[in-house]
Amino acid sequence: MSAVTESSTADGTKTSTGKGRRRGIRGSSLAFWLFVGPFLVGLLVFGYVPIVWSLFLSFFDARNTVTPTDFVGLRNYADMLTDPNFLSSMVTFTVFAVFIVPLTFALSLGLALLVNGVRVARAFFRSVFFLPTACSYVVASLIWKLSIFNGVRFGLANTVLSWFGIENIAWLSTVNPPWYWIPLVTVRLWLQLGFYMILFIAGLQRIPTELYEAAYVDGAKPGWQVFRFITFPQLRATSIAVLLLNLIAAYQAFDEFYNLVGNVNYARPPLVYLYSVSLGSIQDLGRGSAGALILAVIIMILTLVQSRIFGFGKAD
Amino acid sequence: MTPTQPAGPWSRRTFLRRTGGLAALGAFAAACGGNTGRPASGGGGGGGGSNTVLSQWYHQYGETGTKEAALKYAKAYDKAAVNVQWTPGDYASKLASGLLSDKGPDIFESQLNIAMVQSKQVVPLDDIISDVKDDFNANDITTNTVDGKLYGIRMIDDPQLIYYRKSLLDKAGLKPPTTIDELITAAKALTNKNMKGLYAGNDGGLAMGGPALYSSGGTYLTQDHKPNFTGERALQAYSKLHELYASKSMLLGAPTEWTDPGAFINELAAMQWIGLWAMPAILKKFGDDVGVMAFPKLDAQGKDAVYSGGWTQFVSAKSKNVEAAKKFVRWLWIDKTDFQEDWSLSYGFHIPPRKSLAAKAKKLQTGAAAEAVKLAADNGFTDNPAWTPKMGTAFGDMLTNIIKKGADPAAEAAKAKKTSQAELDRLFG
Repeated sequence: MSAVTESSTADGTKTSTGKGRRRGIRGSSLAFWLFVGPFLVGLLVFGYVPIVWSLFLSFFDARNTVTPTDFVGLRNYADMLTDPNFLSSMVTFTVFAVFIVPLTFALSLGLALLVNGVRVARAFFRSVFFLPTACSYVVASLIWKLSIFNGVRFGLANTVLSWFGIENIAWLSTVNPPWYWIPLVTVRLWLQLGFYMILFIAGLQRIPTELYEAAYVDGAKPGWQVFRFITFPQLRATSIAVLLLNLIAAYQAFDEFYNLVGNVNYARPPLVYLYSVSLGSIQDLGRGSAGALILAVIIMILTLVQSRIFGFGKAD
Repeated sequence: MTPTQPAGPWSRRTFLRRTGGLAALGAFAAACGGNTGRPASGGGGGGGGSNTVLSQWYHQYGETGTKEAALKYAKAYDKAAVNVQWTPGDYASKLASGLLSDKGPDIFESQLNIAMVQSKQVVPLDDIISDVKDDFNANDITTNTVDGKLYGIRMIDDPQLIYYRKSLLDKAGLKPPTTIDELITAAKALTNKNMKGLYAGNDGGLAMGGPALYSSGGTYLTQDHKPNFTGERALQAYSKLHELYASKSMLLGAPTEWTDPGAFINELAAMQWIGLWAMPAILKKFGDDVGVMAFPKLDAQGKDAVYSGGWTQFVSAKSKNVEAAKKFVRWLWIDKTDFQEDWSLSYGFHIPPRKSLAAKAKKLQTGAAAEAVKLAADNGFTDNPAWTPKMGTAFGDMLTNIIKKGADPAAEAAKAKKTSQAELDRLFG
């Protein structure tokens, strides 16, 4: 016999009481920990413990060791904040963000409007543009480097240029002019446009059709006018999220830089520099940790400032 | 089973929950363990006959057959099981991380720098080499010695040179360049619509920075550990590298890096900076139409320069089996001369570090290979263990700015000197 007993309340609804209910709660609780536990442990072990350890290392002279004993106070922070390579990596990031954030925003929004507007094969078009998101940054970078933007005559880009009589360009090696930005920016656009397009499509589908109908009744013309006064304002929350995610992703740029141009000082974003300092052959984990924490604080501050400016989280 | 039947301790659902949880924990624990190159259980593996298991790390050699050879050597050892870990990609970073704990390699190949010694990452190997030390190339002993102790057994010597096509130089009416200016002239003359004059890497030729410095008479550091790469003549040499880059006669954007002979073999460049290891592949393609030359001297007061790179075998100080690892290193890189000969000559070409082996290396005694060996003997220089990766990075950044951006060599050298001096102060007080 089941241990669950049922009783009726004054309004006639039934409630469950007794051992069965307690077992149910325990069961749910066990299932919860069973599913969440491994990820929680993973988060702690691979997320928070390294952050705390990194904080610890940043106060020590930790060259070639993760268990240092030589306390140096804030010296690693001072070193990183006056390190021209670290500062120039911030400049590299800024240039990259200036290109990538607005371009990704405009193109993914445009793509979302186009794909959302098609009448036939809508799912097909969404999938086609979303598919690159599933591709590895490393694989895409190698395709860009070896097939499209290699500097010799059989690279795709140079083949196209040769049709117009233009000489081969060493896309990834030429500093003046800085052609390397074209592969760096285009590979990221190809990889992430689909993801942001999906976010915008979700935002577009949340806009009530009554708004458009009302606008048309009031004489609004389909096209730019409707986009300017209805669609874009209604996408405010999505737009802010896209901008925030984009900026943070730009700060975290690593794979495409590392695989396309390597550890070169003219195109070295913060993560590539910190990788070379702490995990590369230099193995200065103290300075690397200090740099990583400085970078984390900068990202947090910028995100908060950006949120404040755009009013992220406030009611529309 | 009826709905009212009390659930036993191992009902289907409970069983799945518990075993599922265990499996998840097991998988998680396995993921935490990582791939250390050792088997999951103790013992077993390669040679057999012992419970000792050693992990030996290699970078990925480009020459076909090298991985199989490394595995063959490990399998032939019967005093311990040796697991070979072959590492494609960024070996230096993986090794640096591996050496932080006892989960890394027991035995590994690398190049020595003093930071490895001061951080107690490697153990001295004087006791295993003492009876044959005099048979090793003196440079190979020097480059692995810090404070009188020898920390590594050299496996192979890899001189780096400029390979050129004799027929192309003849056609252009040129002799092999003997100065940097002549090299620039030749590179320009050999450049046409389909082929560039010289390939030395997509970075614009950073690999030639050291040889350019030596060709001017400079060195990275003085004997008493002072920066020695910022003199007037050294700056001239760096300027010449920029001149070479700016002449538009260097191949840039090649699909393979300078360590691979692909660009030269596919006739994308008439000359290429690369090591002796590529000789078999290049000879196979061009036969006798290949010559080699040192990096040419800066001017009449300079000297030809051949960087003699290579790989050295070390024993990790964090190994749980240091003595067993030392015995294996002794066996493979000192006692097993047939394996050393095989490793040096059967795949790519390398000069055996043992004089006795080098003397009877027939494949290195004719043609371009013999010329390369002679150039290395006459003009070779090798790594100074006091020159650390941090100094190397500063030197590389300096060269990038000078070569690619046309920055002022004096100002750039001053910055690199400042970084190097700070590192030297830390190391030597």
